[in-house]
Amino acid sequence: MDYNFHWRPVFKALPDLLQAALLTLEVAAISMILGVLIGLGLSLIRIHMKGPVMWLASIWVELARNTPALLQLFFFGFGLGAFGIHFSPYLIVLMGLTFNNAGYLAENFRGGFGAVPDTQIRAARSLGMTAFQTYTRIVIPQVLRIVYYPMTNQMVWAVLMSSLGMLVGFRELSGETQFFASRTFRIFEYFAVTAVIYYIIVKIILGASRLLAMRLFRY
Amino acid sequence: MQPTETFFSGFAPHDLWFLGEAALRTLWLSLLAISIGSMIGVVFGWLLSVSRIGGGFVLSPLLDIFRSVPLIIQLVLFYNFAPIIGLRLDAFDAGLIVLIVYTSANVAYVARGGIEAVSQPMRRAARSLGMTYWQDMRYVVWPIGLRAVFPAWVGVALGVMKDSALVSVLGYVELLKASQILITRTQETILILAIAGAFYFALSYPISLYAAHLEDRWNQ
Repeated sequence: MDYNFHWRPVFKALPDLLQAALLTLEVAAISMILGVLIGLGLSLIRIHMKGPVMWLASIWVELARNTPALLQLFFFGFGLGAFGIHFSPYLIVLMGLTFNNAGYLAENFRGGFGAVPDTQIRAARSLGMTAFQTYTRIVIPQVLRIVYYPMTNQMVWAVLMSSLGMLVGFRELSGETQFFASRTFRIFEYFAVTAVIYYIIVKIILGASRLLAMRLFRY
Repeated sequence: MQPTETFFSGFAPHDLWFLGEAALRTLWLSLLAISIGSMIGVVFGWLLSVSRIGGGFVLSPLLDIFRSVPLIIQLVLFYNFAPIIGLRLDAFDAGLIVLIVYTSANVAYVARGGIEAVSQPMRRAARSLGMTYWQDMRYVVWPIGLRAVFPAWVGVALGVMKDSALVSVLGYVELLKASQILITRTQETILILAIAGAFYFALSYPISLYAAHLEDRWNQ
């Protein structure tokens, strides 16, 4: 083994990498919030509606779940570009991740809604609650508990998936690493440090979600 | 008006061949990774379930790394690390090795879940009937545990099939890389992305439907 590791350039770039890691977290978090909202809508549409709207929601969910995330990203990047619609790399990654998150979360939510018995909804309605009240006070709190763990997983996935941004020119953690690595050719060193940063981010997310769960689901 | 000279040529029928071949390479790569990775993963899962120190404190954190670092980073890291320790690997070998490790790490937790899904009294009953440890594993734990986690395993397998698209980063011409090459030549982005997407979808969707169907039937 006559390879000399050079870690100094990596440590010099560390502040930039950490800055990029924040961008990774930001895009993952925003895509997650949007994904939860859209996923909730998609799952409710698939449960309660019929006809074209339901088909569209189903097509969204199945496409998101059954094609590679990278292909979805390419579609938002290059595919829409063919129509003359151009987005910044940030938006491409955000839309790709949101599309994917919404699809996966919709399926989780559907399972969650299925687990709340119909009798509870009818009981709430006969107590005089409106449909909206029934959903926000009876159904959603129970569903949240069921989908909490899958949602945490999806958040981790969103962070890991955002690394695909480096292939569409987005300078989040991976893209930034790629940028530095290609200037110095210290590819291994840079990506090793990046791997460690990702690992730490994932552990922080899991730890935070566990703490939050202890507060949310005390009783 | 004179037609302008162009580097691009339209999408021709023989390009479908090119995509088809690439699709076969995707299929072959994922089949190898899923089958070898699952076998190793089951062994890891067994280790996780039987050994508190070796499994829980040594193996589990190791496997966890492969689930907490993006696959694309793992691929780039390994592809650039191999020459450092004197391994000469082409993109296929490097990609396959990373995918196998990635699969086995994910399958390990699924397999552990399967083993733990079999209740202790049932296993003690099997042993009391005179079954050896391995007979108990083979005739009691395997069939019951498999049912419990089969859908989860299908999920992992399909995930690996889709993630194999990332090996394109190393320059291996599988389906996604092939479609990128064609897009560069023909400039027909939507059509080619749709064909590539349709292939992944055609492979993944029926299998996930079938797994959901099995899950429903077993839950009855």
